[in-house]
Parts: sequence; C-alpha cells; structure tokens
Amino acid sequence: MDTIPYTVEPRIDTGLYNAKFGIWLFLASEVMLFGALFSTYVLLRINSADWPHGASILNVPMGAFNTVVLIASSVSMVLAWASLKDGKFGMFRLNLGITILLALVFMVVKAFEYGAKFSHHLFPETSTYLAIYFTLTGLHALHIVGGVIVNSYFWGPGAGMWKSDPQRFTNRIEIAGLYWHFVDLVWIFLFPVLYLL
Amino acid sequence: MSAEDHDIKKEVNKYWLVFGALLVLTVLTVGANYLHVGIKLAIIVALAIATVKASLVACNFMHLSSEKKLIYLVLVMAAVFFAAMMVLIVSAYHSVPEGLHHVS
Repeated sequence: MDTIPYTVEPRIDTGLYNAKFGIWLFLASEVMLFGALFSTYVLLRINSADWPHGASILNVPMGAFNTVVLIASSVSMVLAWASLKDGKFGMFRLNLGITILLALVFMVVKAFEYGAKFSHHLFPETSTYLAIYFTLTGLHALHIVGGVIVNSYFWGPGAGMWKSDPQRFTNRIEIAGLYWHFVDLVWIFLFPVLYLL
Repeated sequence: MSAEDHDIKKEVNKYWLVFGALLVLTVLTVGANYLHVGIKLAIIVALAIATVKASLVACNFMHLSSEKKLIYLVLVMAAVFFAAMMVLIVSAYHSVPEGLHHVS
C-alpha cells in the first residue's frame, strides 16, 4: 500500500511538508471568511445612524477574562508542540489537556454571556449590532468547538502515532497548533471591536 | 545538553515572555477604554494594540518570523484580497444615494 508522501520530509518545490502548506492555504481562506464578516461590520456601522458602545450591552470583564483564557490556551498549545520536540510525551499530554480545558472554559463563559443576553430578550433580530455580534462570536465559537474536537482526538486515540511515527505526530500537533493560534488571533480583534468600541 | 535541547529551552522561555507581553497588552486594551477619548482615536488605539498582539502570536507561536517564502506569498495574497474587499466597502459607503434611510 502506498503511503501518503511528504508527511515528514519537505517537498523540494515548496520547502514544506504537505500538511503545513495545506493548513496555511486553509488559514488564508479563513482570513477571507472572517474578513468578509469584519467588512460587513464596518459597512453596517458606518451606515448606521446610531451604533451602541459595546460596553453598554456586553460584559467587558467577561470578555477580557475570555481573552486571557484564549491567550493562555495558545501558550499551552505551543508548549505541547515544544514538549514533543523535546521528546517529553507526558508534558505534551499535560499541555494539550490544559489547552482543551481552557477552550471549554472559554465556551462556558461564552454560554453565560449568551444566556444573559437571551434572558434580557436581546436576540440577533433585536438590533443590527446584536446581529453582527452573534454572527461573529457564533462563528468563532464554532471554530473553538472544531479545535476542541481535533485536539481531543490528538490527546486521546490519535496520540498512538507518537509510538509508531513520532515526527509525523509532532507535525500533526504543529498543524493543529497553527489552527488554534489563528482562532486566538481572530478573538484578539473581535474583543476590542465588539466589546470596547 | 545538546544544541537542540538548548534551542527548545530558549524557545519555551520566549513563549513565556510573549505570554507576559500579551497579558500586558490586554490590560492596556481594556484600560484605554476607560480614557473616554474620541471614538476615532479609540478605534485607532484599540486596533493598533490588537495588531501588535496578533503580530506577537503570528511571529512567535505560529513561527511566522522564520517561515518559507511560499507561506508569505499565500498570506500576502490573502491580505491583498482582504484590503480590496475593505476598499469596496468604503467606496460603497461613499456611493450611498442621498435620502436613504439608516438602519440601527
């Protein structure tokens, strides 16, 4: 059976192993996805007669807390990859476990935030601001869920590859990390744009 | 200790430094909100801090500071298309017919 080529060694033409080039192409498409929604936000805002200050509707301490949580999860994610580079599988599992846990904390806080809005009868159809708020944060939350699923697989059953092909497994974690850092990066812009401006 | 062990240790120390910088910048982002400057200045300050934070994440955690040229090319293309989209949006704003009702 033929094996998938260039999972570890870089191609001569790109200088990259295939998955790395693939994830960057995917992330470029994600830039356009979120970029389209950010430009929608700009269009709605500049054409609005009255745009609310985010802090008057949203809970800034909760948003700031979630920012710190996501940044911390990015650190633990990159530490998980560095642990594999160092050959320390136990540390990898600990760091990836922390990443998953922090992602779940983020989602719980987000659920509390959404719940508070709904209990005050604030829904996407209530105003243009809330419509774009729920769209942007909802899409971002879906990305968090996707990351949790992938990372949980690598923490659990997917980790078996470490024994059979450690280099390829390390590359897989690097790819998962690139995605996760991008999700963090999007939130870094979402927080001030929606909560503080 | 091998050279690679040393490199990893150095990398890990860098990650913690970046973490500290990101926390400080997050505090600055929230703090700037309480200065009650005009909305234009507030937008510039908030987006400037967010850009610095994003650059720190991209350059260090995503290792963009030492990547292959092909990846830079992909990202430059994404940036160009994103900029084009924003230009279209702004030009659309300037071509709204007079008398059109605003939404809220």
